[in-house]
Amino acid sequence: MDKRTTEREVVAELKSGMTLGIGGWGSRRKPMSLVREILRSDLKDLTVVTYGGPDAGLLCKYGKVKKLIYGFVSLDSIPLEPHFRQARQAGSFRAAELDEGMLQWGLRAAAHRLPFLPVRAGLGSDVVTINPELRRVTSPYEDGEELIAMPALELDVALIHMNRADKLGNGQFLGPDPYFDDLFCHAAKRRFMSCEKIVASEDFQKEGSIHTVSINRLMVDGVIEAPGGAHFTECTPDYGRDETFQREYAATAKDPEAWQAFKQRYLDVESESDYQAAVKNR
Amino acid sequence: MSEVTRAEICAVAIAEAFRGDGEILMSAFGTTPTVGGRLAKLTFAPDLFMTDGIATGIETVPPVSGPIKEEPVKSAWMPFRLFFDNVVWTTKRHVMMMASQIDKFGNQNFACIGPHEKPKAQLLGMRGAPGNTLYHATSYFVPNHSAKVFVEKVDVVSGVGYDRAAALGEHTSRFHEIRRVVSNLGVFDFESPNHAMRLVSVHPGVSVDRVVENTGFDLIIEGDTPETRAPSDEELHIIRDVLDPEGLINKEVRD
Repeated sequence: MDKRTTEREVVAELKSGMTLGIGGWGSRRKPMSLVREILRSDLKDLTVVTYGGPDAGLLCKYGKVKKLIYGFVSLDSIPLEPHFRQARQAGSFRAAELDEGMLQWGLRAAAHRLPFLPVRAGLGSDVVTINPELRRVTSPYEDGEELIAMPALELDVALIHMNRADKLGNGQFLGPDPYFDDLFCHAAKRRFMSCEKIVASEDFQKEGSIHTVSINRLMVDGVIEAPGGAHFTECTPDYGRDETFQREYAATAKDPEAWQAFKQRYLDVESESDYQAAVKNR
Repeated sequence: MSEVTRAEICAVAIAEAFRGDGEILMSAFGTTPTVGGRLAKLTFAPDLFMTDGIATGIETVPPVSGPIKEEPVKSAWMPFRLFFDNVVWTTKRHVMMMASQIDKFGNQNFACIGPHEKPKAQLLGMRGAPGNTLYHATSYFVPNHSAKVFVEKVDVVSGVGYDRAAALGEHTSRFHEIRRVVSNLGVFDFESPNHAMRLVSVHPGVSVDRVVENTGFDLIIEGDTPETRAPSDEELHIIRDVLDPEGLINKEVRD
């Protein structure tokens, strides 16, 4: 079995109007090489589910997003993603904003093939007015508590980025946090995992304990070797966040000319390897 | 020692918000709240648990500025999902968050200014505020007290206040508690008959009138308002020499 594929083949499989889940968290271990390939495509009207970082910022900036389902969009060291902020203030997409925990619950419901999971978080806040489609459910037990029935966030496709993977589709995180990548995979019909390096299965435990192989091959349909694929988000221990590059990216939100120059230099390129070369040569 | 700054008064008032919390996770966002929370742990609330802000529980208290002399002692794995599974939703936490707007009953907004469909200003977003406020004690810090922040009605409710919690019923709101609001002018709580915001103390050099003028709703004010307590010598030493040698809090809160 060999599930190796490329960014181009993965994105060729996607269709406008699909629901995509993107793993990682904020500006941490995001599958950016796949996001960049989407930017180069003519895909549009996407529904995107994410603990958002520059993935959400760039997809919104490019007008690819019809609906964003999220708890926040942040660059971590820059608390608010400025391109996302701009798109929000232009009202250019439907902002289905949730409590961070509700997002996890929606993914978990989809993962378990349940229609919903009951959740208390969100009650009393404007999460319920922002998302009028949220329904309530009453506990059938003595307490009779009324809770939000957080609907399953069923995904057409999940995209995640890991430190290591084998060609079978097992994946390993070597940083401090697995985030919610496993839930994104479980919640999706098609699952694609990019990684810093493809290794032999027997080599996983040279770099981390077996507990760090958090993605197993039942959860993955395609594996992409993408060194630097999470750039400019962090992918510890392979590399930290490229703060200089991130600041440059963030600054272009206020300056259309700077944005055009940035876009031309790094994003309007033929391929991921051209991006990596442009980053290296700057 | 040089004169006590307003930021140092705030840090002590923030620490006081964690007094008596026992063994729970202390979470604080913003520079002054971080210093205040850690000050509590280093003085009268040693059982507080804290994280490195990434994915690890730690047993030592790192500074917020100046050189990091030693790596914190890591004691537990705390990735984001365990926050929901093991901390927030098990109620064992007290968080201090910032508020871009807050109303009389403690409804807080840091999501956006203006209508949510097309905001005038996108702020942090909902983050975990809706769940935090229903599951464990929450306090707020406002470094720039004005009638634009202390408002009659917040544009969007991210953190749930007392009136909305009451409407959910006793059972659903049983963990809801807005402990305290600390601003650059004073300290506030909700210990009034209908849980409306009450003025607890004014910081040294601040008049009650100034607080009232800069608040967009009627505060509960009972009799003579005391002054917020000043830091002890030990507390000042911890703030200035241990936690914040570069005095970053004095950039967040001006005198």
